[in-house]
Amino acid sequence: MTAYIIRRLLLLPLVLFGITLIVFGLFQMLGPDKLLSAYINPNLAEKLSPEEMERFKDKYGLNDPLIVRYGKWISSVLRGDLGWSLVGKEPVASAMAKRIPFTVELALYALVPVVGVGIWLGVAAAVRHNSPVDHFIRIFAIVGWSFPDFVFGLFVLMIFYSVLGWFPPGNMSLWAEEIFKSSAFKHITGLPSIDALLNGQFGVFLDCLRHLVGPILTISWLWWAYLLRITRSSMLEVLRKDYVRTARAKGLDERTVINKHARRNAMIPVTTVAGAMIIGLLSGTVIVEAVFNRTGIGSFVATAATQLDYASVMGGVLFYSTILVLGNLIIDILYAIIDPRIRLT
Amino acid sequence: MEKEYKRMLRKFFRNPSGVFGLALLFFFIFVAIFAPVIAPPQPSNKYEPYMMPIVTWSPDPQPPSKEHPFGVSERRDIFYGVVWGTRTAFRIGLIVTGVSTLIGLFIGSISAYYGGWIDEILMRITDIFLSIPFLIAAIVLTTLLGTGLDKVMIAMIVFGWMGTARLIRGNILQAKEEQYVLAAKAIGVSTPGIIVKHLLPNTIFPVLIQASMRMGSLVITAAILSFLGLGAPQGYSDWGAILNYARNWMLGAHGEALKYWYTIVFPGTAMVLFVLAWNLIGDTLRDIFDPRLRI
Repeated sequence: MTAYIIRRLLLLPLVLFGITLIVFGLFQMLGPDKLLSAYINPNLAEKLSPEEMERFKDKYGLNDPLIVRYGKWISSVLRGDLGWSLVGKEPVASAMAKRIPFTVELALYALVPVVGVGIWLGVAAAVRHNSPVDHFIRIFAIVGWSFPDFVFGLFVLMIFYSVLGWFPPGNMSLWAEEIFKSSAFKHITGLPSIDALLNGQFGVFLDCLRHLVGPILTISWLWWAYLLRITRSSMLEVLRKDYVRTARAKGLDERTVINKHARRNAMIPVTTVAGAMIIGLLSGTVIVEAVFNRTGIGSFVATAATQLDYASVMGGVLFYSTILVLGNLIIDILYAIIDPRIRLT
Repeated sequence: MEKEYKRMLRKFFRNPSGVFGLALLFFFIFVAIFAPVIAPPQPSNKYEPYMMPIVTWSPDPQPPSKEHPFGVSERRDIFYGVVWGTRTAFRIGLIVTGVSTLIGLFIGSISAYYGGWIDEILMRITDIFLSIPFLIAAIVLTTLLGTGLDKVMIAMIVFGWMGTARLIRGNILQAKEEQYVLAAKAIGVSTPGIIVKHLLPNTIFPVLIQASMRMGSLVITAAILSFLGLGAPQGYSDWGAILNYARNWMLGAHGEALKYWYTIVFPGTAMVLFVLAWNLIGDTLRDIFDPRLRI
C-alpha cells in the first residue's frame, strides 16, 4: 500500500514536468514576435521599429536557445510569475486568483447533485429492472448523454431566465457585488457564497445560490446520464451475486439488502469513473461559464483564447492540468484503499 | 468468421434502439449527400456552397416562413445552414475519428508488441497527453494554430488518440501470447505483418465501438469551439456556429421571451439527433460484443 502511494507520488513531478514541456513546446510554435505580446502591449508593439523589437526580444530572452528559455520560464512559473494578462489587464497569476474561487465553488456545489442524483437514479433503475421506470431512466440516459451541454445550457437560460425569470446569468446581482467588493466584507474561505454566510450577509448568500442553479443543472444533466448508466449496470451485476441471494434468503428486508449489501459493492466500479468526472466537471465549467456569462477560470481561458492572450491561456492550461493530475492521484489512492485487489496490478 | 458476422448483424437488427440509431444515421447520410438538391445554393454562391446565403438585410432574426422553413438568424437562412451543416458534421467526425484512431492504433500496437522501454516511454507520453483536459487542450491548440475548422480538427486529432492507444495496447497484450501469434512468429512472418494481419483483426472490434461512440462527442466538441468563436468562420454552415448566432437572441424580445426560439431549436435538434444516432449504434454494438456491459 505505502509502496504504491510512494510510487505514484514519485511519478507526479515527472508528469507535471511533462505537462510543462508540452505547454511550453506548443507555445513555441508561435514564434518570437507573437510571444512578445506576453510582455508588452501589442498596440505599443506595432509602433516599435524592427531594431527596438529586436532589443525587446533580447531583453526578454526570446532569441535565446530553447533550453535556456524553458529554464527561465519554468523558474518564473515556480515563483508564481505567469506573465501579463491582456484580458485581465493585470498579471496572469492575480487575474486567475480572482476567478478561481467562482469556478471552484461551481464545481463543488455541482458535485453534490451530480453524484447524489446520478447514483440514486442508477440504483432505482437497477432495482426495478425492465419495469417502465427502468425504461424511462434508460431513455433519459442515452438522450441526456447525446445532449451537448452548451445547447442544454441555452435551453435552461431560455426557460428559467427569460420565461420564468428565476435564475439569472452571471455570478451575482449588482447589489450583491457591491457588498461583496466593499471593504467591510471579509474574505475568509475565498468561496463567495460561504464568505457571505460567514459575514452574516444572508441575502448575498441566497443571491449567489440563485445564480448557481442554472449552471449546476446544466453540468449535472450530462453527468447524471453518465453516472446512472455505470451505477445501473454495476448494480445489476451485483444483484445477481450469491451473497445478495444469501442476504435475501436469511430474511433481510429488501431495503437492507439493497442499501447495505448490494449498493456498497456496486460503488467500486463507480469510483473508477471519478477521474473522468473531474475532467468533465472542469471542462464543463468552461462551457457553462461561457453560456451563463459567469466570471471564472473557464470563461477566462475561453475569452483569452479568442483574444489571443497567450500568457493567460498558458496559465489556464497549467491550472487545469495540475488539478486534473492531482485529482487523479487522489482518486487512485482512494481506490486502492477501497479495493485492495487494485494494489497488485 | 463469416458466420460470426452474420450472427452479429442479426442481433443488431433485433435491437430496436440500434435500428433506430441506424435509421437516423441513414437519414443524415441522405441529407448530406443530397444537400445540393434539398437546399440548392444560389447561383452567386455556387463556388462556395458551404457559406450560408445572406437572405435579408434586417439584423433581427425572422420566424420560419415558406421561403425559409427554419427561419433566419444573423441575416442567414437557418434551413440552408442546418442541411449543409450535416456535411460539416460528417467531415469533422469522420476525419478526426479516422485519423486519431489510426494514430492510436499505431502507437498502441507498437507499445504493446515491443514492450519494455519502448512501451514505458510511449505510455508515459500518453499519460502526459491525457493530463490536459481534452476541451482545454483543443481550445489551446486551436488558438495557437489560428482559428478555423481545419485547425479545430487538427487540435482534436493531436489530443484525441490516447484512448484508442490504451485500448488497443491492452487488447494486444492479451492476444500476444495466443497460439496463432506464436505460430505466425515461428514461420517467420515479419513484425508489421504479425501486427497488421494477425493481431489487429482479432483485437480491433472494441476500437471500432469506441470510435463510433466518439463520433458524437467529437462533433459536440467541435461545435463548442465554434460556439466559443474559435471554429468555423462567420457564415459557414456549421451547427455550432449557427448556435453561436443565437446567443444574442436567446433571451427573446421584451415581453416575448420565446420570440426567437427557432434560432436555437432547429440547429440544436439536428445536433442532438446526430449525436444520438452514433451513441445508439455504439451502444448496440457494445451490447452485442460484451453482454455483461449491457445497460
